[in-house]
Amino acid sequence: MSDAGAKAVEVRGLSKVFNAGRPNEVPALVEIDLVIEPGEFVSLIGPSGCGKSTQLRLIANLLEPTSGEILVNGKPARKARLDQDYGMAFQQAGLFDWRSVVKNVELPLELKGWDRAKRRTRALEMLDLVKLTEFADHFPWQLSGGMQQRVAIARALAAHPPLLLMDEPFGALDEMTREHMQAELLRICGETSTTVVFVTHSIPEAVYLSTRVVVMSPRPGRITDVVEVDLGTRRDLDTREADAFFKKVTEVREALRGIQPAGIEPDIEQVVEEP
Amino acid sequence: MSRSPRSVLAAIVPPLVFGVGFLLVWETAVKVFDFQPYFLPAPSAIWAAFRENTALIWEATKVSGLNAFVGLIVGTTLGVLMSFALARFRMLNDLMTPLSIALNAVPIFVLVALFNNMYPVTSEVPRRLMVTLVVYFIVLVNVARGLREVGAIQLELMRSYAASDVAILRKVRVPNAIPYLFTALRIAAPASVITAFVSEYFGGSQNGLGSRIVGNIALSNNAEAWAYVVGACLLGLTFYLVALALERMATPGGVSARDRVGA
Repeated sequence: MSDAGAKAVEVRGLSKVFNAGRPNEVPALVEIDLVIEPGEFVSLIGPSGCGKSTQLRLIANLLEPTSGEILVNGKPARKARLDQDYGMAFQQAGLFDWRSVVKNVELPLELKGWDRAKRRTRALEMLDLVKLTEFADHFPWQLSGGMQQRVAIARALAAHPPLLLMDEPFGALDEMTREHMQAELLRICGETSTTVVFVTHSIPEAVYLSTRVVVMSPRPGRITDVVEVDLGTRRDLDTREADAFFKKVTEVREALRGIQPAGIEPDIEQVVEEP
Repeated sequence: MSRSPRSVLAAIVPPLVFGVGFLLVWETAVKVFDFQPYFLPAPSAIWAAFRENTALIWEATKVSGLNAFVGLIVGTTLGVLMSFALARFRMLNDLMTPLSIALNAVPIFVLVALFNNMYPVTSEVPRRLMVTLVVYFIVLVNVARGLREVGAIQLELMRSYAASDVAILRKVRVPNAIPYLFTALRIAAPASVITAFVSEYFGGSQNGLGSRIVGNIALSNNAEAWAYVVGACLLGLTFYLVALALERMATPGGVSARDRVGA
């Protein structure tokens, strides 16, 4: 899979311009440098339009960079995509209506050419991991939003990729489901030693989940600050109520506030509050 | 998803009561106001005419039904093939779309008059062509949409799995289009029957339900005309119910695509 000692993600001098050379040219990202070690949980946070989702899609090779270099697992991003070196989850679960839950989880394995028995075994293992074994033969629309998102995570991890890319995966869930899912995600990533790059605009979510929070500014998107979160590897309900947690939340909030140009009233409050 | 006998009863009884009541009012009105048979025949008279002409109505039903069925099958096949071609070749799509819109703006039934000139007088081909054309467009529009309108997230996911275009077609576009195909069939099935009837108004053999209705009206045989109308209703209903049953069978979990929520 990955070379020993290779970084999980290595981004150097990355820029992305949409509609380059046309009148409606938009510089989305400028001069991004980011190195993520295996086993890290890194959140990208920033107001709308700061290019955090764009950056995730560039790492996933769903977009091509205008300039700069992206290595995933020590390989060029395109090679990493073709090798299915990462799994991906979005705000919408994006499950396939016509496939049962277990068949949804099997899809990436099917495309890898695994035989029927092997992929069924793996898919059931993954459903066990997200605690949905008894829903294997249900169809997606019979599941709640949180359950659908758990299926999407099981699917993203089915091929045991070393890297998980997540774009606001809990953004559409209610607060309680969301906290539960965050705890589940930490447990799953701990059990599978998966590296995670996580896009969010919720400060508490970023702090609770991450080992590092990358703060980004909008138009054009650039990294303005990186906050290390040393809350330990075991995080539970108490973590959310610890002083250290609140201190980190404040630190990230201040880092975000700092990015607003002087004279413009920041609309951070609106952006960073829970939806 | 099975419904309890009680709820089935609750669904059937009210329309049944309404239907019977309606027929009673009709019958009474004809008797009380002494409507002449050439104005409006009583349901009992229509029923009598239906019983008397059952064999003839059945013959005419077979002719119209076969025309509708052949047109339905050919039109659906062509519509599906063309929608795949449109999904594959963008240029073809750009060429075909204005043409389809233009054709849809034409009162399309008049085409059957042109088709009639192209074939021998007793040929059923013009009618079948007409049905084919109507069904073709319904199927084409719906299936092409099903192949095209796949969620952006689902396409990104497939790309993240390094899926080829063929794999995306097989695993995403085609399954996505299947409910659209059955919706199209549910619309096209009754439309094919209606088209088959109307096509008979423009000449050709006087053997189908449509021409029998017109023929009987011309002779002021109103009860007979209504009896053929009853046959036509039954044929249309049969087509619709078969299409509906196919749609139910083809949908996973037996739930109609329209009733789904989420994902």
